[in-house]
Amino acid sequence: MGSFAKRAMNMSTIVAARPLPENRISPVFRFAMLLPGGLVTFFLILFALGLVVFLAFRGNDGSLLGVGLTAQNFLTVATDPLYWTVTLRSLVIAGLVTLATVATAYPVAYYLAFHAGRRRNLLLFLVTLPFWTSYLLRVFAWKIVLAYNGVLNSAFIESGLWKEPTLAFLNTPAAVVVTLAHAYAPFAILPIYVALDTIPKSLLEAASDLGARPFTSFCRVVLPNSMPGVLAAALVVFVPTVGDYVTPAMVGGPASTMIGTLIQSQFGKANDWPFGAALSVCVMLVILCVVLVARGADRRFGSRT
Amino acid sequence: MSTRANTNSDGRWLGLYVLAYLVFLYLPVLLIPLFSFNNSIQAAFPLQGFTLDWYRTLYGNPVLSGALANSLVIGVIAASGATLCGITVSYMDLYGRSPLAATISAIARLPILIPGVIVGISLLILVNLIGLGPSRISIVLGHILVALPTTVVVMRSRFAAIPKTIREAALDLGASDWTTFRRVMLPLSAPAVLSAFMLSFLISFDEFIVVFFLAGTEPTLPLYIWSQLRFPRSLPTVMALGTVILTVSFIIAGTAEILRHRGLGAARRNPA
Repeated sequence: MGSFAKRAMNMSTIVAARPLPENRISPVFRFAMLLPGGLVTFFLILFALGLVVFLAFRGNDGSLLGVGLTAQNFLTVATDPLYWTVTLRSLVIAGLVTLATVATAYPVAYYLAFHAGRRRNLLLFLVTLPFWTSYLLRVFAWKIVLAYNGVLNSAFIESGLWKEPTLAFLNTPAAVVVTLAHAYAPFAILPIYVALDTIPKSLLEAASDLGARPFTSFCRVVLPNSMPGVLAAALVVFVPTVGDYVTPAMVGGPASTMIGTLIQSQFGKANDWPFGAALSVCVMLVILCVVLVARGADRRFGSRT
Repeated sequence: MSTRANTNSDGRWLGLYVLAYLVFLYLPVLLIPLFSFNNSIQAAFPLQGFTLDWYRTLYGNPVLSGALANSLVIGVIAASGATLCGITVSYMDLYGRSPLAATISAIARLPILIPGVIVGISLLILVNLIGLGPSRISIVLGHILVALPTTVVVMRSRFAAIPKTIREAALDLGASDWTTFRRVMLPLSAPAVLSAFMLSFLISFDEFIVVFFLAGTEPTLPLYIWSQLRFPRSLPTVMALGTVILTVSFIIAGTAEILRHRGLGAARRNPA
């Protein structure tokens, strides 16, 4: 640590905080500090997303940015039942994954917040560690678990539970749900834990002093207060799962094609970029709706003041 | 008293549940190392005996070592970029006092709400437009974007944990903005900087969904794994490679976590 930092730290204990003049930040410093983030956010995020929206209204002539100005892509999406089926399937799969992930993560977060004691940091570390391991490898692990001559089948045959390996595991939408729920499990715990951890303990004591049984106080104090965390957890699980194309390809089989798979193929084999862009815009609109619903729910349940 | 006994037994049941949850979390992943030592081409029980053959096949594979080198170089550059952006964006968000800085910080966290496939195709369109095409530079840009929310969140919570008075004292002592940033705020958040760098390196190193769209002729490690998954014969090799990657990921993520916590503890204790 620099000597300046030490001096400043000593000073900070002596000098009471004094409001600084409003525009003390030099323009050069401000510009230099805003430049990297500004370039990335405006160019790589906003401009790139703008390109997707622009491309969605173009016709496909094989060129990079397409041709003309048309709503045909969206008409196709709206009128072809295939896209409705796939979109609905993606929503159902992502919804189930979100529900399963949040429901199974909640007790873990609850334990971490209220019961873990000295083991808390270790447990927090253990549940977040898989977050930092390869997503591809986590999905691959399920492929070898569920395969025809894979771990689950062979383990059951070894133990004499059944005689023939079954094809029922791999290449089903259920396999996609289980695999995604496992892959995104660590995402859900942290937001719920943070929400639970910030509930003042005095609130719980007050509830119990006023005669609430543990169950009542959970339902009427803990659960409503943790709703912002639950909704945040649901969002961070829902968003990546609804657009996933890796898991359906690895363990899903043809019956579990998702919207991400269709987008990917438009930019690959099918080679219709404008149409893929239109599908992407639709997915973003769906996510926007989900975010708005979550916001609304947050406002309703968020009784914290 | 009865309520206390009650919560204790609740805690015990919950503890068992957490244990079961951890088993569910880790068991499928740990099967990869288990079968990577198994002397059979199939990942199935009963185990056929111990072997290191699959690890030997990793040596002297030029495509694999090329992919590894790519992943390392891309990971370091992307992590540097993402960490630089994370530091500046979150610092200006907290101390810049401008709507622009707050907007940039909000947009920087936006990729959390965009599925990877859309990040991938939007960047594919962009890099084709500006003439880069699918290439290693494009992958770096993509990974800066994917890692940005993480670095912003890590650095923002770190800067926010440093008492305001320290920065104000430095400014009162006549330090310029730049000196305050470089000699006070940055040293105080050094562990978080390292942590953000390591985590964004891991994100880039393991990333598949976005890189799938942006890679040219030179694959990264996850793309190499993906290409090998088509061949049932190479499954054991993939498992051996996966074991190495998992081990490295565990070590880096563990170190990053320790750094992050140690840093925060020190910041809370020192200034009092």
